[in-house]
Amino acid sequence: MSSETVFQTRAEDSIGGDFYAQHFQEGCEENTLVLNMGPQHPSTHGVLRVILEVDGEYILRAEPVLGYLHRMHEKMGEVKSWYQFIPNMGRVDYGHPLAWNWAYVGAVEKLAGIEVPERAEFIRVITCELNRLASHLLWWGAYLLDLGAFTPILYAFDDREAILDILQRPTGSRLTYSSFRIGGVQTDLDEKTVQMIRDFIPIFRERLPMYKALVTDNIILRKRVEGIGEMSPDVIDRYGCSGPVARGSGIEYDVRRNEPYSIYDRFDFEVPTEDTCCAAGRYLVRMEEMAQTLRILEQAVDGLDKAEGGCIMEKAPKPNWKAPAGEAWFAVESGRGKVGVHVVSDGSKTPYRIKLRSPSYSNLSSFAEVAEGVLIADAVSILGSLDLIIPEVDR
Amino acid sequence: METIRRNILQPIKDLWSLFVGLKVTGKFFAMKQVTVHYPRQVIEDENLKSYAGHIELVGKPKSPSIPKCISCQMCATSCPSGCIKVTRQKAPKPTPEQQKAMDEAKAKGEKVKKPTAPKNPAGFMLDYSLCSLCGTCVEVCPVKSLRFSNDIYLVGRSRDDFKFDLLERLRSQAEPGCPVSEKKQQARMTDGNHG
Amino acid sequence: MTTFINIQLLYLIIALVAIMAWVGLNALVLVYCERKFAGHIQRRPGPFEVGPHGALQPLIDGLKLMGKQLLTPDGADKVLFWLAPILSFVPVLLLFVPIPYGPVLTGMEMNLGILLILAFAGFNSLALLLAGWASNNKWGLLGAARAVAQAVAYEIPMLLAVLGVAFITGTLNLTEITTMQGAWPWQWNIVLQPLGFIVFLVSAFGETNRAPFDLPEGESELTAGFHTEYSSMGFGLFFMAEYAYMVVVCSVCTVLYLGGFKGPFIDGWWWFLAKTYALLFLMIWVRWTYPRVRFDQLLNINWKWLLPLATFNLLATAFFIKL
Repeated sequence: MSSETVFQTRAEDSIGGDFYAQHFQEGCEENTLVLNMGPQHPSTHGVLRVILEVDGEYILRAEPVLGYLHRMHEKMGEVKSWYQFIPNMGRVDYGHPLAWNWAYVGAVEKLAGIEVPERAEFIRVITCELNRLASHLLWWGAYLLDLGAFTPILYAFDDREAILDILQRPTGSRLTYSSFRIGGVQTDLDEKTVQMIRDFIPIFRERLPMYKALVTDNIILRKRVEGIGEMSPDVIDRYGCSGPVARGSGIEYDVRRNEPYSIYDRFDFEVPTEDTCCAAGRYLVRMEEMAQTLRILEQAVDGLDKAEGGCIMEKAPKPNWKAPAGEAWFAVESGRGKVGVHVVSDGSKTPYRIKLRSPSYSNLSSFAEVAEGVLIADAVSILGSLDLIIPEVDR
Repeated sequence: METIRRNILQPIKDLWSLFVGLKVTGKFFAMKQVTVHYPRQVIEDENLKSYAGHIELVGKPKSPSIPKCISCQMCATSCPSGCIKVTRQKAPKPTPEQQKAMDEAKAKGEKVKKPTAPKNPAGFMLDYSLCSLCGTCVEVCPVKSLRFSNDIYLVGRSRDDFKFDLLERLRSQAEPGCPVSEKKQQARMTDGNHG
Repeated sequence: MTTFINIQLLYLIIALVAIMAWVGLNALVLVYCERKFAGHIQRRPGPFEVGPHGALQPLIDGLKLMGKQLLTPDGADKVLFWLAPILSFVPVLLLFVPIPYGPVLTGMEMNLGILLILAFAGFNSLALLLAGWASNNKWGLLGAARAVAQAVAYEIPMLLAVLGVAFITGTLNLTEITTMQGAWPWQWNIVLQPLGFIVFLVSAFGETNRAPFDLPEGESELTAGFHTEYSSMGFGLFFMAEYAYMVVVCSVCTVLYLGGFKGPFIDGWWWFLAKTYALLFLMIWVRWTYPRVRFDQLLNINWKWLLPLATFNLLATAFFIKL
């Protein structure tokens, strides 16, 4: 009674589904199952839809369908003024919004030739690196939740609460920060905040070995993660992947090191790279990045006292400020990869065009190729190791 | 032999990692909870001070139920989401003395001085369901008449509950010894719509 | 005629009623324990509001489940769809009958007690398969296929481990196995069959679909697997059946390896309960610690590790008995 409605493989049968599913099913082989890892799924991080052609448990073809979360940020950039667009940047990526803030503000400052005071740069580095820690913790917890371990996410959120409390003090928000301004930052870090950061760093350093003991060394996790999702450097090259995805395959590219912006060339930190090319490599890269972020934080907090200037430049742009005509590109390293903003201005009240380059979009495009021939459980593991934030993919 | 080490010793080492994992979770089982158990416990005020909740008006130091606002509309025009609506006060009708002075000035051919409206606003509505908490309005106000509140226990049953009348809020805050939230709750309960 | 209404039949009926009450009570208690235990491992309170410290939470959950709409998905096979949860739950009552809770607290003493348990536990895989197939849902189907493969695979090492104990004690009667063990921990069967205990425990995790082997209901991969389409009491029955199977398997493990109702000073049902609940806590603890095993790795563990170990255990036991 139900075989025709469950298996839809032959072209003569009424092919159900929408445009994408029908188009996908035309290329199907015999006796395969077409599954929708649909927009509502516990472990696609957001509204991502992946159409899978599955033979038993092996995936033959995969096709991500995007656009379920398209909110037209780039169009809003054309309608809002320069100053008003900053809250938009807080919402593009809820994992690491300060990186997006920085990319936009950096592009506008480059366009207008504005120089940011040194203290503001230090504050930017400190808040952005704290946000990177929070983003990696969220990724770690969510990845393990996909793999079936229900407790590490709560331990990660416990640490994250401390970071969010620290970041609440200068920015006022806990998740979607829009505290960068053109020419500096919104509020200065007061004594108490700096002391909280100084106290936080050794506490978190002690937690990292616990994460290693509970999860990273666990044999079940290692079997789920080692050798899964081989992404050779050729694949990275072709799809333009960046961030821990590229560094997990041996390509040593970090925007903070290769194209230094702001004051990153003053800090001494390593760029962790693994050449196992699999999900385990990406996992270890991110865990090591958390330790390196702590190093940067220590150096930045020490340098904050000697920094000159205020938290925002003198005569900072007001909400009705107009940028001069021209275009500028600024790239920043976020928790997911290389974030870029290309700003085109024609001298009027609003930008002419803002193009947002999102790393998750490029990382996700490689999924179709990487997921061929793997099991469904592995597909979940690969998606998690790519660290996708779907609002960033769809903007 | 290498195969023996790989097939027997390595699995034993791997299985040991399972016990280590159990030990970690067992240790956490015995630790104190980190949950702040609302409503038996609440977040302490020190943490809340820096939280940016919805905006509220700042009263004048000498008359706290009148806001410092001068109805310049800077906040309303700068807002990226268009959620603030400020209504100016209309000029009051002239009193009989002022009317007599105006008539005299008109008769003499001098400039007629009309009574001017006071600067503070007649109405100040915030549609919080559109607000993105960017802080532009707070920064741009020339008289520093706006600030963030820090009510994290904000609750409403419909969208209309989040259209705040900030003047009313300021007035209730200015009344001595009356906490704002209690006032608001009383107002909600007596409101026929959401009883 | 009155001789047919003999004392054994009456005893059996009372036992069945007591078992139904016991299963219901256990479902409530275990759900509460699991959620509280999980909460404390994760440093949060767990259920707290309903009743003192959340003690009435499972009861209210049960009432909620009963109050929901019984929804049959479009295109599903109605008969099979609703047969599946019933088939999953009813045989469980039978499984409790031969288990000796105390020196005289056995439903019915059977010479082939363990065989009855293993045979009727196989109904579970049939029920899961029916659930997945009749749901008219591709995810349910995948879950059902995984469930059948897993259940069938993990029965075999379990059987071999049980055989090891049967070799030593020479009987399949659960009460006799218990009485043949001593009162103190070094006199229990676990000392004679440590490998068998480990094999049995791991297969127990596999048979009852408990983490880290909970792929058929793999929540984050298959959106609830074979019981995706079930709401209200259908889900409730699967849920209760899962907890009941857990209790059965832990009880059998206690009887076979940990000395059943025998304990240091006074034998009795309290020792039995203590040991069973200790094993249940172990199962809950493991669930909230480890990630899920991938499906082919799960079968690998079974065929490449558990089966050879169980066979080796059996041969070693036979060898030592012969000596």
